[in-house]
Amino acid sequence: MNDATGMPASAVVLGGDSELAAAVLAKLAKRRLERVVLAGRNEQGLARRCSELSALGVGQVNAVHFDATDHQRHDALASEIASELGDIDLVVMATGALERRGIDELTSAEVAQSIDTNFTGPAAALLGFARVLRSQGHGTLVVFSSLAAVRVRRANFVYGSAKAGLDGFCQGLQDELEHAKSGVRLMIVRPGFVHTKMTTGMRPQPLATEADVVADAVVRGLETGAGAVVVPAALGPLSVLMRLVPRPLWRRLPS
Amino acid sequence: MSLKPPPHRERVLASGFGRASASAATTAAVSSPDHLDELIALAATTSGRALARGLGRAYGDAAQCAGGLLLDCRPLDQILEMDPARGVVRVQAGCSLRALLREIVPAGWFLPVTPGTAEVTIGGAIAADVHGKNHHRDGTFSAFVDALVLHTPTGRRNLTATDSPEQFFATVAGMGLTGVISQATVRLAPITTSKMVVETRRGADLEATMEMLERADASHHYSVAWVDGVARGRSLGRSVITLGEHAGVEDLAPPQRTRPLVPARSRSLPVPPLLPRLITAPLISAFNEAYFRRAPRRAKREVLDYPPYFYPLDALSDWNRLYGRRGFLQYQYVVPDERADVVRLVFERLIAAGQHPSLVVLKRFGPAGAAPLSFPRPGWTVAIDLAAGTENLAETLDRLDELVAAANGRVYFAKDGRLRPELVAAMYPELGRWQTTRNELDPEGLFVSDLARRLKLVAWEP
Ligand SMILES: Cc1cc2nc3c(=O)[nH]c(=O)nc-3n(C[C@H](O)[C@H](O)[C@H](O)COP(=O)(O)OP(=O)(O)OC[C@H]3O[C@@H](n4cnc5c(N)ncnc54)[C@H](O)[C@@H]3O)c2cc1C
Ligand SMILES: NC(=O)c1ccc[n+]([C@@H]2O[C@H](COP(=O)([O-])OP(=O)(O)OC[C@H]3O[C@@H](n4cnc5c(N)ncnc54)[C@H](OP(=O)(O)O)[C@@H]3O)[C@@H](O)[C@H]2O)c1
Repeated sequence: MNDATGMPASAVVLGGDSELAAAVLAKLAKRRLERVVLAGRNEQGLARRCSELSALGVGQVNAVHFDATDHQRHDALASEIASELGDIDLVVMATGALERRGIDELTSAEVAQSIDTNFTGPAAALLGFARVLRSQGHGTLVVFSSLAAVRVRRANFVYGSAKAGLDGFCQGLQDELEHAKSGVRLMIVRPGFVHTKMTTGMRPQPLATEADVVADAVVRGLETGAGAVVVPAALGPLSVLMRLVPRPLWRRLPS
Repeated sequence: MSLKPPPHRERVLASGFGRASASAATTAAVSSPDHLDELIALAATTSGRALARGLGRAYGDAAQCAGGLLLDCRPLDQILEMDPARGVVRVQAGCSLRALLREIVPAGWFLPVTPGTAEVTIGGAIAADVHGKNHHRDGTFSAFVDALVLHTPTGRRNLTATDSPEQFFATVAGMGLTGVISQATVRLAPITTSKMVVETRRGADLEATMEMLERADASHHYSVAWVDGVARGRSLGRSVITLGEHAGVEDLAPPQRTRPLVPARSRSLPVPPLLPRLITAPLISAFNEAYFRRAPRRAKREVLDYPPYFYPLDALSDWNRLYGRRGFLQYQYVVPDERADVVRLVFERLIAAGQHPSLVVLKRFGPAGAAPLSFPRPGWTVAIDLAAGTENLAETLDRLDELVAAANGRVYFAKDGRLRPELVAAMYPELGRWQTTRNELDPEGLFVSDLARRLKLVAWEP
């Protein structure tokens, strides 16, 4: 059960080797977290994250295979994990892969693949978990969207549009969960540029931040019951402005 | 406030009075004791989990049963038998204290123990083994319960403290986890008037406050201190202390003496839903200052109706909405007399953490009762209301739990929404004994609450 301060005892991470998710779980381990399932593709990476969590005192930690693009498996996975964890208090959707290539560098298959990794796959998996949480009558979904979803940019329009799709999907799902008196909460996280393995080698954007800062913001969001958080907080006003910039100007912004 | 229970089964989002962690369940209005048995059987074959719910006045998640069946006991509201000569009532468990008072006060009887709100059911009062401002004298509610009827998946049982002590005392303070109480026989306290003689005075600081309350143990039937939770420095712990006695006829003004037993008119102002958080730090400080200043410097004696003395907060119904969507918590702990120092430490730590307690009540407890999970034990108890979701709150309360546990104190399940399960056994050393009896009464583990799952009071398999 999540407690009255929003802290979970059990959690599932989809995209279990994510650095951002790992930073979040490390903080939750200091509170109430005692059972974790990390779901992902990369066995070695997952094993390492599992031992990190055990070292932080999380009693029960397991890894399971999860590929966001394997849609047929999602529903079964959600119920398998539910029976393993007993109760799923928190689901963190951290699957994603940055795609910065453009019109001339990407094959159609690669475009479809990127959109599957960042939108269709995560959305399909989320729905399975949302159903499990709804039948539990409680639970929280945390979904990593991106600042890139706020308004799609020329520089990464494939990734940006996929994240925008996921973001919109989550907003609709939030309303649906609330309307259905599901007892389930969904929080959308929109980070700006964060130094993680996803961004290694890239030129940092303004207000670039660290995984730890994102994790603090996520934990704080769980405490306050926020529907969405933008990190770092300074990007909050910017994300509002971003929506208002006229297209001709938006188009010309440097990538 | 919608007191009318829903007519059939429906999905609801149930929360405690603090509204800080709701969960969804199916709810069914219990229309009769037989219907209750049917619903228990139904739950056993469907979701496999059920829980009694009264008026939802537990602050945290004690009356929530995520994904299960909530048995709404409010329709079981009949007073089955009343012996006006001996002051004994047999009453259904969904009857509210308020409704019961309306019937017994004119006959010259009062509740032997009452919590700070009358919007509580008899079942809830027994399941939490509630205490009142007279705990130092009279103990908890269960001390006045002669018998109760408990419904479990294996049938109905009549429980009494003498014939079935283990089961009786596991159900008392058992937070609904042994089954559903459908009725209870309660011994009342005699009164000659419906009024209270109340002595009000200021406590300049924590030391003065505690000293006065200690002295009141011997001199007064009822005692409690409202504490300014945001005053610091030399004013830390400043308070308004109210000491009460049931008034005798001689205490009333002559015109009132002809009709000394008047049941309270129940009128309360509603608070609209969907408010933003209105109870904010500056408001709390301003209110506390005014409340403290308004209290007389020298003791003042006055005669009041019983509701403003016992239930001042009931004048505003749904006042919990003033905390906005995120809700609030109440942290109530008790520490033994030897560790009275903890009371000061807790205030200091809350202030240091930047917290703004909105309502703080300090009281003395007398001897503990016999129920393994009963909260009161001799010493000091403090109840502290705090807006939920504020910065540092979760960690600060975690540290306070450790302090309280190390002092052989405990926190109150009826108020809790966030204790760590690891500390429960230290706070309630008789937990194991209670679990044994509970497992006998409910071998399949049908009765479970969000609180019980969170704190691992019972073994849990979904
Ligand atoms: C303003 C305010 C002041 C309060 N002051 C005090 C105080 O001074 N002292 C004190 O001790 N408490 C106090 N309380 C707490 C309150 O008295 C308890 O939480 C009480 O249990 C609430 O009763 P309820 O009918 O609302 O029960 P609920 O909140 O609906 O349920 C509480 C628990 O009782 C169980 N339960 C309810 N009905 C039954 C039944 N028929 N059979 C079996 N189990 C049942 C539930 O399963 C749950 O575990 C206060 C609460 C409020 C809101
Ligand atoms: N870092 C940033 O600047 C930033 C900014 C905004 C939003 N985000 C979002 O935040 C989330 C976490 O990112 P991060 O920074 O923690 O990066 P990360 O460490 O690379 O984590 C992303 C994870 O997604 C997994 N993944 C990718 N494709 C998958 C698939 N098809 N199936 C299953 N797992 C898959 C990756 O696992 P593999 O090892 O198997 O590839 C990786 O563990 C992502 O959704 C990302 O888009 C990040």
